[in-house]
Amino acid sequence: MIGWRSTYAIYRNELARFMRTVFGSLVSPVLTTSLYFIVFGAAIGGRMDAVGGVDYGAFIVPGLLMLTLLSESTSNASFGIYMPRFTGAIYELLSAPVGVAETLLGFVGAAATKSLILAAVILLTATLFVDYHIAHPFYALMFVILVSASFSLLGFILGIWAEGFEKLQMVPMLILTPLTFLGGTFYSIDMLSEPWRTVVQFNPIFYLVSGLRWTFLGEADVSIGTALSLTIAFLALCIAIIAWIFRSGWRLRS
Amino acid sequence: MSEPILRIEGLTKVYPGGLKALDGVDLEIRKGEIFALLGPNGAGKTTLIGAVCGIVRVTGGSIHAFGQDMAHHWRSARRRIGLVPQEMGFDMFETVERGVAYSRGLFGLGPDPARIEEVLRSLSLWDKRKEQIRALSGGMKRRVLIAKALAHDPELLFLDEPTAGVDVELRRDMWRQIDRLRDQGVTVILTTHYIEEAEEMADRVGVIDKGRLLLVDDKDAIMARMGRTEAHFRLAAPLSAVPDALCAYPLHLEDGGRTLTYRGGDGSGKGKAEIAAVAQALAKADIAYTGLDQKESSLEDIFVDLVEQTKGVPA
Repeated sequence: MIGWRSTYAIYRNELARFMRTVFGSLVSPVLTTSLYFIVFGAAIGGRMDAVGGVDYGAFIVPGLLMLTLLSESTSNASFGIYMPRFTGAIYELLSAPVGVAETLLGFVGAAATKSLILAAVILLTATLFVDYHIAHPFYALMFVILVSASFSLLGFILGIWAEGFEKLQMVPMLILTPLTFLGGTFYSIDMLSEPWRTVVQFNPIFYLVSGLRWTFLGEADVSIGTALSLTIAFLALCIAIIAWIFRSGWRLRS
Repeated sequence: MSEPILRIEGLTKVYPGGLKALDGVDLEIRKGEIFALLGPNGAGKTTLIGAVCGIVRVTGGSIHAFGQDMAHHWRSARRRIGLVPQEMGFDMFETVERGVAYSRGLFGLGPDPARIEEVLRSLSLWDKRKEQIRALSGGMKRRVLIAKALAHDPELLFLDEPTAGVDVELRRDMWRQIDRLRDQGVTVILTTHYIEEAEEMADRVGVIDKGRLLLVDDKDAIMARMGRTEAHFRLAAPLSAVPDALCAYPLHLEDGGRTLTYRGGDGSGKGKAEIAAVAQALAKADIAYTGLDQKESSLEDIFVDLVEQTKGVPA
């Protein structure tokens, strides 16, 4: 039995928090992505060969989208749950008739919603710089939703684990961004020589970038099936960890 | 007697590291009463409240609220329980109105602007409803905490140190609030380390120390047993013995006969009356005094008494 009213209250409250800072929340990723498009799409991309028959500017769109999705989903969700822990407002959540389902749907749903809004804004921004089209819009949407939800869940775990703002920033900055950069945002695996070609395949983000690229271009380094399976497995793992956190009260209840 | 609204049995909490915050607490709370949990800092008051409200995971024992075991029926029970914590914890950038409406939703109730308005007005927060919480004064912030706890119309309300660190005016104000809640039939459990607060508000008082509930009784009975009034008359000239006219009162001499000390009363005004009588008797006997200090016994004194009494009883 899920308390939908409680879920909706958390969801709305989180979105309201987002709307208070909507300018900063959107401007910074849009600006960053625009810079990438200007530098890699327009300036350098013009001198680069097409990748697999696709213009380089269009080739990097899914990669840049993934870069933003991963870091924003993670940090949004981690702040969402870390802030009440930090201010002490968590007492209310703990004393409320809400369990793991309401908390997750509320917090993670809101973080994922923000990511979707952001994805739409980034794609709109991209049209200003490059020509691209989406080969499989349905799969693209599904995949973006799945990735947003998964990494919002990861962010939620981070927000519970972190004991300071520094740790909160660590995972997106030190792990996700480098892995995404090296995961084929700016290149196809064909452009690499061994041993890098093999090394890249151990990078889980590589499969996400490739999966999203497939939905845009209709072809990529790995199949959409592999990418979707991996994402769903990751989602399930995050949910399992969070269910354990709630059962044990780890870092939440004294 | 009807089913208690809250029944706690053998509640134990041992924190990792071995601190025993609650040590087999048994407690029954009656519907509609104001119950004061009295104890010094670190006695286990907040832990006890946290255990009922789901903030602290207990090590042992059981909690029944509204006749149901909270371990299994926590959802339905928590809907009917409100908590005003001691520490202020807010989203400081939220407006008062939104924060209170959020609390109502979080506890599973649909929006009810009229009820929110009522709650805000009763706490004199209506004019501040559009302000961010961070812009409010400390006292106002505390009222927001109460408004948040009342937003879902709880039948059982916990107030953790509602008047710690607030000024006198706000304390009176808080007491009036609690009175109003009593009139509405809300059962209130408050913790405090001010004895006068327990005296002012509570129907029954429980005294807790080191995680153990030392006694639970009607307030009047406790005050009669333990309340003390102390007075020091600084005499103009030292006396060698307590005058015969005054031997009916619990008096003795201190400070080489220069101070006449009264210790007695029952916490219900008897002490003050007796001190007035002593003053009149001194005047009648022509014994001059140059100063008079009077104080009610503090919780500290009562504790010392209580712990000594407990020790005195052979196990």
